[in-house]
Amino acid sequence: MPKFVELWVYLSSTPLFGLTATIALYALAQAAYVRLQQAPWANPVLWTVVAIAAFLLITGVPYPTYFSGAQFIHFLLGPAVVALAWPLWQRRAELRARWAPLLLAALIGGAAAAGSAWLLGQALRLPNDVVLSLTTKSVTAPVAMGVAEKIGGIPALAAVFAVLTGIVGALSGKYLFDLLRISTTPAGWMARGFALGTAAHGIGAARSLQVNADAGAYAGLALGLQVVLASLLIPLVFRLL
Amino acid sequence: MQALRGFAWLLVLQSAGELASRGLHLPFPGPVVGLVLLLIALNVPLVREPVGACADFLLSHLSLLFVPVGVGVMTHLDLVGEYGGRMLLVIVLSTWIGLAVTALALRALMKHHRKE
Repeated sequence: MPKFVELWVYLSSTPLFGLTATIALYALAQAAYVRLQQAPWANPVLWTVVAIAAFLLITGVPYPTYFSGAQFIHFLLGPAVVALAWPLWQRRAELRARWAPLLLAALIGGAAAAGSAWLLGQALRLPNDVVLSLTTKSVTAPVAMGVAEKIGGIPALAAVFAVLTGIVGALSGKYLFDLLRISTTPAGWMARGFALGTAAHGIGAARSLQVNADAGAYAGLALGLQVVLASLLIPLVFRLL
Repeated sequence: MQALRGFAWLLVLQSAGELASRGLHLPFPGPVVGLVLLLIALNVPLVREPVGACADFLLSHLSLLFVPVGVGVMTHLDLVGEYGGRMLLVIVLSTWIGLAVTALALRALMKHHRKE
């Protein structure tokens, strides 16, 4: 037994542990998700995060030790944001034909998501840095961190809020759209996907892509637009306030 | 090989974006500038073909990339303990508002757009 403890102490302190835990548990969660017919509550990001966080808290492995390995995955967020140009470019013809309604919807929706988060945070008397970290939550995590830092929020908290927002959107989007009677015709899928990409970024887009190709395409488009709009407009609005 | 070359392009453009963002004091984070640069560069076949192969792979596993920061919630358990309920309420409500407003706005705008 002591031999096992010794080995565990060694393994848990190397970067290999964080990297292995992240990829292996995600692959497992993804397999379970597919087996459960992609039920929204079985969201693989949610369960991977819960499993790893619980495991670290129980075993007492500090977060920085985990992150020393997980950072290799985290690092890919930068190139992934750059890669978002690809779905945008592929749909450039549609974007050119419908740029006015799409851009306007992205602006209105993004403002509604950020504005309501700010107002609700104020109304519930959350500390100011928490409220500021909430306003960037509908933008994909790496950009949310950068924008939150610029306006005086807490980057790590902004990232967690963004991930939670994505999970909430992916979990509840379908029911909300059914309630609002957004159809499942091509036009309806476009609205559903675009809304998920706008309000629930990459996690919402990943979910849309699994449900319907049209919805996924517009979610990718919305996510890219939101990245550009939010990183330009949110700091500007807070500078003027 | 194609995907590897695509990854190299993504990193080169991200680096260019970071340099431009810092050097010119742009309001966008580096990767966002890289995204805009890539939109222009995709018109060149030499960039387009490898980047397409790599981007499809990277974006199909996009949600995995959020796991490390997501786990970071455990470092803010004090804030979560004190304000957790209220923070969650804000997140859920504003996400629903964002989803509903975007979907309804786009539906209305597209109807208007088609009529024209």
